This record gives sequence, C-alpha cells and structure tokens, in this order.
Amino acid sequence: MDPSSTPVVRRPNRRTLLRAATIGLAAPVLTGCVTGAGDESSTSARSETSADNPLGVPEKAPLEVVVFKGGYGDDYAINAEKLYEQRYPSATVDHKGIQKVGEALQPRFVADTPPDVVDNTGAGRLDLATLVAAKKLTDLTELLDAPSLHDPTRKVRDTLLPGVVEDGTLDGKVYSLNFTYTAWGLWYSKPQFDRHGWTYPSTWDGMLALCAEIKKAGIAPWTYQGKYPEYLNDPLLTMAAKAGGPDLVKAVDNLQPGAWKQQPLLDAATAVAELAGRGYLLSGSEALSHTEAQAAWSQGKAAIIPCGSWLEAEQKGVTPDGFDMVMAAVPTLGAGDRLPYGALLAASSESFLVPAKAKNPRGGLEFLRILFSQPAARRFAELNSTLPSVAGATDGLTVSSGLGSVRAAVAAAGANTFTYRFRTWYAPLAKAVDDATGELATRRVTPAQWADRIQRAADALARDTTVAKYTR
Amino acid sequence: MAAMRHGKYRFLAGAILPGLLLYAVFVLSPYAQAFYLSLTDWTGVSGEVGFVGLDNFRRLLDDRLFLSALRNNGLMLLVVPLATILLGLLLAALVNFGGRRGSTGLAGIRGGEFYKIAYFFPQLLSLPIVAVLWQFVYHPNEGLLNGFLRAVGLDALAHAWLGDPALALSAVMAVLVWSSVGFYMVLFSAAMESIPRDVLEAAVLDGAGRLATLRRIIVPLLWDNVQVAFVYLGVLALDGFAVVQVMTAGPGGPDGATEVIGLGLYRSAFTYGKFGYAAAMGVTLFFLTLAFAVIALRASRRERVELS
Repeated sequence: MDPSSTPVVRRPNRRTLLRAATIGLAAPVLTGCVTGAGDESSTSARSETSADNPLGVPEKAPLEVVVFKGGYGDDYAINAEKLYEQRYPSATVDHKGIQKVGEALQPRFVADTPPDVVDNTGAGRLDLATLVAAKKLTDLTELLDAPSLHDPTRKVRDTLLPGVVEDGTLDGKVYSLNFTYTAWGLWYSKPQFDRHGWTYPSTWDGMLALCAEIKKAGIAPWTYQGKYPEYLNDPLLTMAAKAGGPDLVKAVDNLQPGAWKQQPLLDAATAVAELAGRGYLLSGSEALSHTEAQAAWSQGKAAIIPCGSWLEAEQKGVTPDGFDMVMAAVPTLGAGDRLPYGALLAASSESFLVPAKAKNPRGGLEFLRILFSQPAARRFAELNSTLPSVAGATDGLTVSSGLGSVRAAVAAAGANTFTYRFRTWYAPLAKAVDDATGELATRRVTPAQWADRIQRAADALARDTTVAKYTR
Repeated sequence: MAAMRHGKYRFLAGAILPGLLLYAVFVLSPYAQAFYLSLTDWTGVSGEVGFVGLDNFRRLLDDRLFLSALRNNGLMLLVVPLATILLGLLLAALVNFGGRRGSTGLAGIRGGEFYKIAYFFPQLLSLPIVAVLWQFVYHPNEGLLNGFLRAVGLDALAHAWLGDPALALSAVMAVLVWSSVGFYMVLFSAAMESIPRDVLEAAVLDGAGRLATLRRIIVPLLWDNVQVAFVYLGVLALDGFAVVQVMTAGPGGPDGATEVIGLGLYRSAFTYGKFGYAAAMGVTLFFLTLAFAVIALRASRRERVELS
C-alpha cells in the first residue's frame, strides 16, 4: 500500500517533493485569485423538506463530490453516489477521486467555487482550522440532527461512534464528519507471543518485565517509526491521559500554563525514556521511516510497535502468512490511574466537509447522510478492513485478526475513549512535541527537559496573537 | 539602407517581445506578487488578505526553526560548493592528466571516458530518487554504509546516520556533493581539454610537478568555469529541500538538525496554512541567493588569462 496515502489525520507530509522550488511561482499565481475573488453569495437552492427528504435536497441539482483516493480507494464513495442517484434519479453526480486534495481545491476555495462535498484527507489536505477561520465551511449540525437513513427513529449523530462529532467540532460548531475510526495502541504478533509464552501486560511494570524477557530471547522488545516520532507520542500521551484523566487532556489542548509539566505527563515521558535507557528499543530505530520500522517488526526483529489501527491494512503486502497481528491497549502507568486499562486513544479521520460556497450544499449534506448510513459504511468496511465511524457497521462481518482486535478494543473501551486536539488546532505545537519526543527516545533530553521545551513552545503559541485559539 | 535597418529592428522586436512578455507574466509577476504576499497574513484558502507590514519578517527573527535553517543553509553554502569543486577538479585532472607521462607531456588516464560517464551518472537521476537511494545506504541496520563498516571490523563507526543530529547534516551534504560532483568533473574536463598542449609541455619542460601544473597552470586557465560552478553550487546549497524532505527524520530533524529554509517555507505554507509567512521566507531566501551570487562573482574576479 502506498504509505503516504493512508488516511491518517496527522501523517506528516513526506513525499511531496521539490515544491519549495516552485512555490515562489505557485503562491503568487494564486494571488491573482486572492484579489480577484468575487463576493457573489452562494445560491443555496433548497426544496421542500419531507420525511423522505429531510434536508430539502433540490432533486434536479447536480452534485459534485471530490474524494481523496488513497489507501482506501474511492469505490466506497462511488457506491454511496450510486445510492444518491437512486434516491434522486434526475440528479447527476460528478465524482472525482484525487490524491492531492489541497493542491486541487485551494484555488477553488479561494475563488469560492468549491465542490459540494470534499473528503479532505491525505498528506496534501487543507488545514481544517484555517478553513474554519476563513469561514469556508458549512455547519453540519442540521445533518447530525436529521434522521439516519437506515434507522429513521435515530438522529445521524446518535449512530456514530463516541468522539466522532467532537472530532469535527471547532468553536462549538461541527464542520467536518470523519468517516473512519482510528484507535491507537501497541501491536504484536499473537502467534509469536504464544510461541514464546509471553503475555501482553496491562501495566507498565508488567511491560518492563515482559521487555526483559523478550530481550533475553534475542529479539528487540520494541521498535518505533523514528523518522516520524509522533508514532511514539501516541503511547506516551495515552499513558498520561489514562493517569491524569480528561482534565489533563483538556489542560494540554487549552494551552493552560504548566500543562505539559503535569506529573502524569512527566511519568509517561519517563516510562518512554526508560525503554530507551534499558536498551529495549531496536537499535537504529530513530533513523527508520515508518515503512522500515514496520517491516522490521513484521520480520520479527522487534516484538512490539506503536501504531494506529490502519497498520494491518498498510502492512498488507509485507506481512508474512500467519503473523496474525493484534492491537492491544497501552498499559497503565500505575494504580492511581483515572481511566481503566481498556481506555483508548481514538479518533475519527477521513474528514468529509461541505464547503460554505458549494452550489448544492443540501445535496452535499444528503450525500453524507447516505455515506454515514450503515449499508454504505458496511460496504466500506468490507472493501478496506477498516472500522468506519458508524456504530455497529461491522457487526456480523467476518473480519481479519487485526481489525477484529481493533473492534474488540473499541468495544471494550466503551465511552472511555479520548483524543488530544492540539494536533489539529496547532500544527506547530504538534511539531514541537514530535521533535521533543524524538530526542527523548534517543536520550538526548531528559523527561524534565522534554516537558520544559514543549511547555515553552506551548506558551509561545498561547502568546501569539495571530493564531486563532480554540478551547474544549 | 535605412529602411532595411528599420525592418531589422521590427523583426528583432517581433522575435524578442513575445518571450519577454511570457517572462514578465510567468517569472516577474509571480516574484512581485510574492513580495506583496510576504507583507500579508494570507492563509491560502481565503479571499481575504490582511496587510501586516513587516510583521512576518520580524517573526522570522524569533523563529527558532528558521534560525537553525539559516545556520544549516549557511554551513551547506560553505561546504558543498568547496567540496564539490575540489573533488571535481581533482577527478577531472586525474582523468585528463593522471596517466603515465608520455614523451610529449601529460596524458589522460586509461579508460578516462568510462570514468567520465560513471561519475556523470548521478546527474541523470532526479534529486528525490537520489535521496531515496541514499536513504537505503544510510539505513542503520541494513544499510550499505553500516554494513561495510561492520564487515571491515569498524563496528564502532556504524551510526544511525540520519537519526543523529551530529551527523545528519553531514550525511545530507555528502549526498548533495555525490550527486553534483560528476557534472562538474565533466565540465572541468571539457575545459581542460581546450588547454593547448604546448602550454602544458612547456610547464613540464620547465620541470613543474603535477601538483604545481594543476595549481599554477590548469586551474587559472579554467577559472571562469570554477566561478560559474561556485555560483550554481551555492544556489543548490541554499535549497537542499528535496533531499532533506525525503531523507531525514521529522523531516528536517532530528530536532531541526537538517532544517533548511525551503523546508520551513513548505511547512508554513502547506501544513500550517500560513502563506504570507511562507512568502516572507521565500523573499528572504531570494535576497540571500541574490547577495550570494553578487558576492561570489565579485570576490572571485580575477584577471583573465589570455591564451595565444
């Protein structure tokens, strides 16, 4: 699978090349549009609402859908478009499956001629916070309150997995709806663990004990995607959130003074530093790309790797038969934890939005109502072995080992899922955290220095008046 | 006669103006607009643009990453052109004069043409491909470089080349030198071939050694080429975006160790949605490059050596 196309919310840009050379040209060419953008208001045509058409879609209006065609392809969207055409036979649907969403749509947003639905995903996506600040998006509240397509007794909002609505909320309004559901955890090969008689631990002390055992067997206990240290952030931040509870996550996201120096964060950083200190990380991991680290793990050179639930799909081509990977929750730091072991860092991704100046915004909302219905979501799960963000969409489906473990972990977590928002809200802070964690894992900074430098970055951001601030 | 001359100018204007117009539209006007954008807070998706004056430039001075980018580009500017030119000269001299001394003076090495092609080869690959290849070479566990070091018993020298802040920038610079040295070798080689043999023979007759011949005769005779090479390589060193983006942690890491201006510019524009700020970086880079080119050309001005 093409790694850069895996739809992960926070995957760094890694393969777009040589554009710095051309940006001197590209940016200004767009300026022509900057000054040329008209103030022509959108013609939000709407027809009468009815039980069958709760969003008032004008039946003849054409619909333009632009979908990120990455790791999940775009067949699932085409499937939903067919359902749309069945409901509105006189409407035509214009489908575009593309890879560089940002590049293709930036000029159209500037010129206020955007499509009706956009799947704003992939390395080249547009920054959501920037789009919201520029008032380029439609508030999706109406869609969330509309009856669900597969179960008209429930609202769309009640058919989604926990956290999905919050993930698309900025400043109290919902601007995007994420179609896939990602949980983060630690992965291992079940047969490998069984062979050696290892048991996956639920506490960090247990993890250290297990690592000692794995090391004795001549295998590196952990590896991580060192070129993108954000992968190692996930278990770190998960442990901190479990120990400190939702208040800790909130303090971090709201840029509260001293938020990064809270004890659970320091403890979690210490735990990660300890992995490095005791030599439990595959040597050289800090210079490996995500594909290289994951390949080393698939080849059995390391036993455990942190990653999100897309890992199984991403490793499809290189995983040996019978590897049977499973994802487990991150162990807890200690007895004082505020959340149980099963709690998960989970968030939705594959972000669908309806531009504010779309020609057919009602149709855009209706398309999303169809896409987020169980039959369409189930089709997606079948096509991609990935959890959609519609609750129960995979019920009764026979699934692979990895997806099965993710489904079980999500079920076990129940309402105990959480996610940090600073990554989407403040991309520069995310970079500061990644850099610091990279240094922590190579023991070039201590946990205290780790917290200090991130706190400095967060404080600087809080002071910066040009950055729009969000709170939760 | 006068009419003919008139016609000539009309013809020249007709030939030049369309090109000039295209140049103005696609080169000059984007530059002008970039200058304007650098004074705004444009986000890249909005039609609204706020004028912020020199604020973007003031922020650059407080931007830790931008400052390390300046430092790294500065270091690359010192090392890459110098190393490439020295290596290129050395290789060209070896190919052209490295052979056994014939009765008439200096002779080329056997198989010189083959070496020229072999060294020129990297030039045919685009920089991102070169970067991907070298990523494999530098792979900490399965890479060619560490594999070689371990094979000859130098285990202590094996490193996570791209993951170590102390080494990452050097590793990147080595790739830049590797990818460009072949071109300059061929360039210098061609220039050396045009040096009249009798000048070299005279030097040999006067008892000049090889090194002295190279330093005193050959290099001064191709100084123009060296000067041009220096400017080109300097511009290359001020960029470095593709290699850093593909190869290093972060990218731009570990911990900003290989951050370059182009990368910060790209990140600001396309990841952070700060096109105004990115344009300010671009304008800064423009002036740095311009200043470098002017200084390089002036400082390296020498009296021309006239042959014949």
